[in-house]
Amino acid sequence: MKNLFNSFLLVEIVKGMALTLKYMFFVPSVTINYPNEKAPLSPRFRGEHALRRYPNGEERCIACKLCEAICPAQAITIEAEPRDDGSRRTTRYDLDMTKCIYCGLCQEACPVDAIVEGPNFEFATETREELYYNKEKLLDNGDRWEAQIAANLAQDTPYR
Amino acid sequence: MPKLTINDQEVEVAPGTSIIQAAEQIGVEIPRFCYHDKLTVPANCRMCLVEVEGGPPKPVASCAMACGEGMVVKTDSPMVKKARKGVMEMLLINHPLDCPICDQGGECDLQDQAVAYGYDRSRYHENKRAVKDKYLGPLIKTIMTRCINCTRCIRFGEEVAGVAELGQLNRSENAEIGTFIDQAVTTELSGNMIDICPVGALTSKPYAFKARSWELKKTETIDVHDAVGCNIRVDSRGGEVMRVLPRLHEDINEEWINDRSRFAYDGLKKNRLDQPYAKKEGKLQPVSWQEALQIAGEKLSTFKSKNISAFAGDLADAESMFALKSLMTQLGVENIECRVDGGCFDPLNKAGYSFNTTIAGIEEADAILLIGTNPRHEATLVNARIRKTWVDRKIPISMIGEAVDLTYPYEHLGTSPKDIKKALKSFGKFEKPMVIVGAGAFACEGGMGIQAAIREAAEALGCIKEGWNGYNVLHNAASRMAALEMEFVPSHPFNVSETGLVYLLGVDNPNFINDIHNDSYVIYQGHHGDCGAHRADLILPGAAYTEKDGIYMNMEGRAQRARKAVFPPGEAREDWAIIRALSDRCDQTLAFNDLADLRADMITHYPRLGSFDEIIPAQWGSFGGNSASVTDTPFKNPIENFYLTNVITRASDTMAQCMEEFSPQEQALEAAE
Repeated sequence: MKNLFNSFLLVEIVKGMALTLKYMFFVPSVTINYPNEKAPLSPRFRGEHALRRYPNGEERCIACKLCEAICPAQAITIEAEPRDDGSRRTTRYDLDMTKCIYCGLCQEACPVDAIVEGPNFEFATETREELYYNKEKLLDNGDRWEAQIAANLAQDTPYR
Repeated sequence: MPKLTINDQEVEVAPGTSIIQAAEQIGVEIPRFCYHDKLTVPANCRMCLVEVEGGPPKPVASCAMACGEGMVVKTDSPMVKKARKGVMEMLLINHPLDCPICDQGGECDLQDQAVAYGYDRSRYHENKRAVKDKYLGPLIKTIMTRCINCTRCIRFGEEVAGVAELGQLNRSENAEIGTFIDQAVTTELSGNMIDICPVGALTSKPYAFKARSWELKKTETIDVHDAVGCNIRVDSRGGEVMRVLPRLHEDINEEWINDRSRFAYDGLKKNRLDQPYAKKEGKLQPVSWQEALQIAGEKLSTFKSKNISAFAGDLADAESMFALKSLMTQLGVENIECRVDGGCFDPLNKAGYSFNTTIAGIEEADAILLIGTNPRHEATLVNARIRKTWVDRKIPISMIGEAVDLTYPYEHLGTSPKDIKKALKSFGKFEKPMVIVGAGAFACEGGMGIQAAIREAAEALGCIKEGWNGYNVLHNAASRMAALEMEFVPSHPFNVSETGLVYLLGVDNPNFINDIHNDSYVIYQGHHGDCGAHRADLILPGAAYTEKDGIYMNMEGRAQRARKAVFPPGEAREDWAIIRALSDRCDQTLAFNDLADLRADMITHYPRLGSFDEIIPAQWGSFGGNSASVTDTPFKNPIENFYLTNVITRASDTMAQCMEEFSPQEQALEAAE
């Protein structure tokens, strides 16, 4: 009897429409207008990699190869030799972004906070080759994102 | 034989054994830094502390405490653990936290033991001390702040290498290791200091920052820079040899190797022959393998067999020499020779050209007579063994030949073969005397006579008796013994300048190359563009010792297998395969198709090459020519410069730096000042 009543008076449709109308006019929208608007990111977000520098411009990476060793996807290739001033530096730091699984272990292994996964996630490319990053590209990333990376690291420091 | 208990395990040891050695015998690990089984015991790091029940009420240093009857030792009691933590904390007080940039990282005793036995944090807040780095030559890099003053390097220098150039200066906080005057460590064994350094204070200069221990492929193989046959480990990464380290072999090299074996590897990457070349219009031009083999095949088939000669160089492996010999035999060529240094001795009596006493046997000798040799340069590890024997028992050592510094004192009895007879009188009577003659002593026309004179001398001195053969020949080419074993010698003497086609299997001895007639056609098979390749009309690029599986026989007659660590560069191929391919082109196809077949064939003919790591003693006999024919031409040592002896070392930058640093002229100038 109740079912018959409900179906003849379209109660469910009315309820459904009421909900639709409620979200249409009274509840604030959750979708964002992506390229123009962006969702907030955690300071621990693991995006595109970057090699950082010290404030005096000296590159941080000391070629200890711990990131290369820990990388589960074997995406990192490093070659090193003494620089002219005798310090230990990389001559090659290649990161294959197509192999990388964005686990963040390289960042955790790094004793000098040189390799980090920054907040950038918009680095899609048209060709595969563009995703084979070299040292120059990674340092360039570091320079571009330094302010935000430094802020994120500072925010995360108490928990590390 | 004291019997003691270590961690509830009973063990019976020889009298005088220390607790640390006894623990090692039963597999109980005691951490240590300063203790090293081949060196004396200073007991200064205190890491090996153990508790001895009923002994003193404090931990004792197990390296310096001899085992006593009924001792009860504990290596993991709370007292020991606490003591170790304390020692570890103290060692780390002044040790920098620079593991990420330290080349020792990943293979560091201090790192491993700090993790295993230390505290996980430091309580030290004062400033760490810093020590100025020292200059120790082109091979050893120093970061002295990392030094924990274990004094292993000092003891190695004094005891094994025989040069007391390193020492400890000042006391306590200011104690540091250094050379008293600013100079390089002048020993051919200096590289071993890098190995025995338990921290990263001494590291390899050529290897600095190049690779990490965990990313290297380790290949256990045999060294070919001299005829000692040192056991080495070649560490490679991505087809490139990154470093060479010694491997333990008590009967040959113990755990040392010389600097040439260790640091000449960069020569493997330079000046290599990576494709075949043929001379066209007076110039060497790159050709394909097809064409190169075609030319070689045609030449070998057109020349008369009497007009062909083949030579095996210093670095050739047994397989390639066997292949070459088989090919030459099939072609009917009798002019084959392996003694490219001009050696003139009886190749048929094995005892006449072997190191019969064996290298380990040196330790039993009670007197040594060196003839025409500088073992320090020709076979550094043999010299180290002689020095070890001298250090242990101060045995009398005499020398006929050039007077050189051998790191131990000797009596100089003469300089020429004529002096051998005279020397017999002044050489006393001994139970186990040894005569060591350098292969260079035979490298003259009267070599056969000299060999006979030395045989007679050895017999007169009582070197030959039941259970003891004190007659030894010190070769300096890795290939020589295997070549002699397979009789890679001519049936009749011949002169290379009279043959029209010369096949060189890695022959690069400048004197020999000069003897080849200008009109002769020279086929060179080898791995470096050195004097052999410069003279060649046709170059077949081969593989160096790290790039092929091969058998080498050392001076004792001990066959050992070398293993391939990396691939030969470019078009270069393994040497036996080149000769096998060549045999097809001159319609003399050899019977084997792969290395296993070749080895089986070779070992059936020459079984001594198949009994690995074994020495089958050679029968003593009468060998050599007429001893009355010896002249008074002084002996001349074959190695003028230790750092430049073969194609690999000549291509090496590191060796060139060493030569500059340690060249005799410079030393003479300094002495004059």
